[in-house]
Amino acid sequence: MTAIRATNLCKRYGRTLAVADLSFDVEPGRVTGFLGPNGAGKSTTMRMILGLDRPSGGSALVAGRPYAELRHPLRTVGALLDAKAVHGGRSARDHLLAIAQSNGIPASRVAEVLETVGLREVARRRAGGFSLGMSQRLGIAAALLGDPEILIFDEPVNGLDPDGILWIRTLIRRLAAEGRAVFVSSHLMSEMAQTADHLIVIGRGRLIADTSVEEFIGRSSQGYVRVRSPRLAEVAELVQVGDLHPDHLRVTAMSPLEIGALTARAGIPLEELTFVRPSLEAAYMELTKDSLEFTS
Amino acid sequence: MIDILRSEWTKIRSVRSTVWTLAVTALLMVGVAVLLAAAYKGSGDDPAPVREALMMSLAGAQLAALSMATLGVLVISGEYRTGGIRTSLLAVPRRMRLLTAKIVVFLAVSLVVCALASAGAAAAGLAILRPPSAEAGEAVRAVLGVTLYLTACGLFGLGLGTLVRHTAGALVSAIALILVLPTLATQLPGDWGRAVADHFTTNAGRLIVSGQDNGALGPWSGFAVYLAWIAAALVAGAVLMHRRDA
Repeated sequence: MTAIRATNLCKRYGRTLAVADLSFDVEPGRVTGFLGPNGAGKSTTMRMILGLDRPSGGSALVAGRPYAELRHPLRTVGALLDAKAVHGGRSARDHLLAIAQSNGIPASRVAEVLETVGLREVARRRAGGFSLGMSQRLGIAAALLGDPEILIFDEPVNGLDPDGILWIRTLIRRLAAEGRAVFVSSHLMSEMAQTADHLIVIGRGRLIADTSVEEFIGRSSQGYVRVRSPRLAEVAELVQVGDLHPDHLRVTAMSPLEIGALTARAGIPLEELTFVRPSLEAAYMELTKDSLEFTS
Repeated sequence: MIDILRSEWTKIRSVRSTVWTLAVTALLMVGVAVLLAAAYKGSGDDPAPVREALMMSLAGAQLAALSMATLGVLVISGEYRTGGIRTSLLAVPRRMRLLTAKIVVFLAVSLVVCALASAGAAAAGLAILRPPSAEAGEAVRAVLGVTLYLTACGLFGLGLGTLVRHTAGALVSAIALILVLPTLATQLPGDWGRAVADHFTTNAGRLIVSGQDNGALGPWSGFAVYLAWIAAALVAGAVLMHRRDA
């Protein structure tokens, strides 16, 4: 079953349209990246999915129902929105215990998730004194409490050190491998390239792309073949369709095999013959440039 | 609903502000009782009759009303301040259930603690003053009145906290409505002014503490009027909580 389904979702704040007619599905068993520049409407969309903000139009279903109609929502959906949104005076353990009790989750799960996220040692410390990395782990612990089939993370790696980033990436991949639906937002394409299988790209509240990562790259910008040779000018003459740069030749209309065959027949030695995949970042910039034009 | 009540109980008992406001409430109740009783005793007047002795022993309620209102405000504004309200609403998306659970848990905690604090204050005051005749019924009625009054003030705070959502703003409005405006209202001129003052928040609510009439209202009718004020704050807060984005 589709884990999350947004249908014509809209959110209006006064005269600005933060989210406009947004429709997409999030499927189980894979990581769906939710990508867009800052202010594109990612957090607003997530809050509407989770019943925190009321949509101005359209609907969002989680496991086939509106979030507010789930009886024990945390057993179906786990979410990390803002890691610092914790009462600073409460210990990590009590924070999680209160959340667990509200959804009829056994108290023993608290110790388990604290162990999972590596906060067992500081379980009795007040959450107010936690670093951002620790807060992030505590937020993830809360999301995992109910062993949910659907996970929603809003910018989970923001402000983390490399260790923390790697840990979250690994966790996210594992959760999807276990068959769960993972919906992760980010404004960094490079981050999504590492973790996502599928991408939903939005800009200025509108859907720009809903596609697999592979397709996304292929569609938005083409790759090229980079050729280096001590006799570069001869190569350029030979292939004719290349774009000559000072130290290499760029060819988009031919495959490496075709170029290699041509130069071999002519007896021209090659130093390099590489198919260069366009970077995700480049593809992303290309796609979102229209939605950014009016924001800066 | 039991699940949500257990969760709210964990929340209220696991923050220091609860301990502090309750401790201050108990301290104010007993401290003021001892202070006033000792001062009266030291003045060498005749022993106070039981009704006056009880009034002196429970005079701390005027100040304790504010510490209880503070706790009431913090129960909800603490979550808005930290953003923890989102975590709470993710766990309990039916907002009225969440608010109801907060109210029930607060009432339970407040009734128990305020009953103990005012019983302690009455006992301490009476032990020092030693009124000529001690009527247990009178003392129980007074302690019950103070318990209800303090709990109502706390509930007022909770309603204002839900409405205003900011700790400072809610506290200022609580102090104004519980302490400042009722006093100012007594300065209103004419019959209308008099009627407004008699029905104004704690002017009406306090009657259950003294057990006397104020001309317009008796102890229970006065308390009912106070509860109507509180209900207005709570209902307005609930409507906004239901409608606003969290």
